[in-house]
Amino acid sequence: MIVRLMGEGQWRVDDGVRARIEELDAETERAVAAGDEQSVQAALQAIHELVRTSGEQLHHAHLGASDVVVPPADLSLGEARELLHGDGLIPELP
Amino acid sequence: MGGLVERTSLIAKAKVSKLLDRAENPEETLDYSYEQQLVQLQNVKRGVADIATAKQRLQLQSTSMQEQTAKLDGEAREALKAGREDLAREALSRKAALQGQIDPIGQQIQQLDAQEQKLIDGEKALEAKVEAFRTQKEVIKAQYSAAEAQVQIGEAATGIGEHMADVGLAIQRAQDKTEQLQARAAAVDELTESGALEDFTAQGDDIDRQLAQTQQASQVDDELAKMKAELGQGSPPGQSDPPKALGTTS
Repeated sequence: MIVRLMGEGQWRVDDGVRARIEELDAETERAVAAGDEQSVQAALQAIHELVRTSGEQLHHAHLGASDVVVPPADLSLGEARELLHGDGLIPELP
Repeated sequence: MGGLVERTSLIAKAKVSKLLDRAENPEETLDYSYEQQLVQLQNVKRGVADIATAKQRLQLQSTSMQEQTAKLDGEAREALKAGREDLAREALSRKAALQGQIDPIGQQIQQLDAQEQKLIDGEKALEAKVEAFRTQKEVIKAQYSAAEAQVQIGEAATGIGEHMADVGLAIQRAQDKTEQLQARAAAVDELTESGALEDFTAQGDDIDRQLAQTQQASQVDDELAKMKAELGQGSPPGQSDPPKALGTTS
């Protein structure tokens, strides 16, 4: 499957990595609920690491979409909340 | 509600399909998508250039704040030479307070610099993707009917839209950081001009403030002692003088 690490690019990773990403994603959910920015960033950082180390980066001219989109690893708690509950953080495309 | 990755994947898809829905006529989809991409590429380039300009301005402001600390240092030295330890201490206190504001601004400018680098990479990747799309669309137009072409190109257009969303968020975050920094630098400028810098630590909570004041006070003592040693002064004269305010330091 194809994973986009926002701000970094796209990687092709083994489908088996999905389960681990989902586990770490559940951690981001718990951390946001607990208001724990450090843990939010640690979990996102772990996903970035996992994808970078287990996948193969795609050329920047690659045209396909991604199966999974991972937000930036330095997301603040405020940004994480906006992503989950607000307008979704990502601006409208021009 | 799910985790951040699940939600981001969902939102990215939604924003992109909203974008693609704008091209309703399959006959026009290919060229329309490409034209739209060119416009978006220009918008991205403009956004990145604006951030570079704002960053340069912030760097200049940061340099002038550094000059201000050097000036306060010089004033403290002059005051000591004239036997006015009270004035020297006040100048050094202001210098410590100013330095305490400058350091985080400098760190944030470095972060902005890293964000800008990533943005430039993102802009280059977008340019490469749009160019690849242009080539692919001509090949597809020559080989497929309009309806088939739309299916063929859909994935490519979705990929570019997704990258656009990525770069769009990066630009927005860099803009937010720039604005925060501009506000912070402006606040320091204002306080420097009004000579009220020592009150700046009043922003944190009580413990933060006391810690900051304690740290600054010992920093001031150390600097004062060092300056005295450099000037060959033993026991400081004029210590019993009542403290007098320095003029504004701008």
